[in-house]
Amino acid sequence: MYRARIIPTLLMDNDGLVKTQKFKNLRYIGDPINAVRIFNSKEVDELVLLDITATVENREPKYENISEIVSEAFMPIGYGGGINNINQIERLFKIGIEKVILNTSAFSNESLIEEAARIYGNQSIVVSVDIKKDIFGGYHIYTNGGKIKQKGNLIQMLTKFQNLGAGEIIINAIDREGTMNGYDLKLIEEACKILKVPVVASGGAGKIEHFVEAINIGASAVAAGSMFVYQGVHRAVLISYITSEQVEIELSR
Amino acid sequence: MNGIDESIVIIDYGMGNIGSIVNMIKFVGSKSIITSEKKIIERANKIILPGVGNFDKAIKNIQQLDLQDVITYKAKEENIPFLGICLGMQLMCNKSEEGVLDGLKLIKAEVLHFSFDDNSLLKVPHMGWNTINKNKEIPILEGLDNNSRFYFVHSYFVKCTNEEDTLTYTDYGGQFTSAFSSNNLIGVQFHPEKSHKFGVKLFKNFIEKY
Repeated sequence: MYRARIIPTLLMDNDGLVKTQKFKNLRYIGDPINAVRIFNSKEVDELVLLDITATVENREPKYENISEIVSEAFMPIGYGGGINNINQIERLFKIGIEKVILNTSAFSNESLIEEAARIYGNQSIVVSVDIKKDIFGGYHIYTNGGKIKQKGNLIQMLTKFQNLGAGEIIINAIDREGTMNGYDLKLIEEACKILKVPVVASGGAGKIEHFVEAINIGASAVAAGSMFVYQGVHRAVLISYITSEQVEIELSR
Repeated sequence: MNGIDESIVIIDYGMGNIGSIVNMIKFVGSKSIITSEKKIIERANKIILPGVGNFDKAIKNIQQLDLQDVITYKAKEENIPFLGICLGMQLMCNKSEEGVLDGLKLIKAEVLHFSFDDNSLLKVPHMGWNTINKNKEIPILEGLDNNSRFYFVHSYFVKCTNEEDTLTYTDYGGQFTSAFSSNNLIGVQFHPEKSHKFGVKLFKNFIEKY
């Protein structure tokens, strides 16, 4: 039986695990190796690891750290952050990453999507799009850690990434990130309608009902950060997970 | 044999995330050698053919490395335990809709593209966790039942000419062959190296029972 995937998203800044809200208020919450070990023991469907400062600091992915993180993690792991050429992608696959996630370089180097998809297959190439809503309700794409606004119509850009060979698209709402108030469902629904490839809903998950809402409108996977690393109103750091079986039970209600 | 008899040879033809297979084999307490050298493959006692990516590109790489004959010899003449994973499984077949080149032709099967109606909610690639339905019992599946979950990522699927070669079926808009076996040859469409305890069990079986 096939189920939508439930994906913890872990943010890294240098060697630490961090969490943000709306891409700001960066808070150090622990050690990524330890966190991944816990998620592995909970048999999570998949993990997304994002080095959120690699591009901003113009540096390479931290291969040694990534290698150590994935060495005893027996689930698919997507990695994003600082990727802008094919050699980096090859190196990441060699150390055991399942999918590479492109964000800024999807704009600065479109041919990278195409080249990587041709060599490694569409399914290994994910484009993650950070989106902010303006006061008129229009959606705009931002890159470089949410700092640079990109021109271009959202729908056209998403379609373009799909046509270039992205096998999956993460739709991340900057205004929702870390709020735990629910996904931007209008945005997710729009993306699911126009894309043939799987869409991952991201930004805003706070409870199981949010997963159900996104899956019901077509998301193939739902990602969450705060929800899986925090507990309680004071946001104490405590790693937890909700399985796809639990979501399935909610879905069938 | 030559000091590598405890090891498993993973064929590296330049495609795919071999690291995770190495990690898994290490975790279950065995050793593996990653190689693209004919001489080392010649001495292998067990072979894993991994792979992620394009069918024709993979076949071309294998040909450029001059590995096709040695792979065929080990698989069909020496009959050593042979495990194809994902694209590796598809390469073992006769041909694929993804390309025009012949496969390795180790097993009678062809590879087809998933196609669903426009109004279908099913996406291509089939990406995520899914269960297996056993078509037969062989040692590689020992301790794994029909509730076992595995991680899949693929746009093409295998169709065996002989139904008895199908080891497991999986449902995605219909039943497809998610694993096949014929004598010493085994292929799995899913990624056991990314499938938690179920994958650990499968690798343990491949190492200990063959």
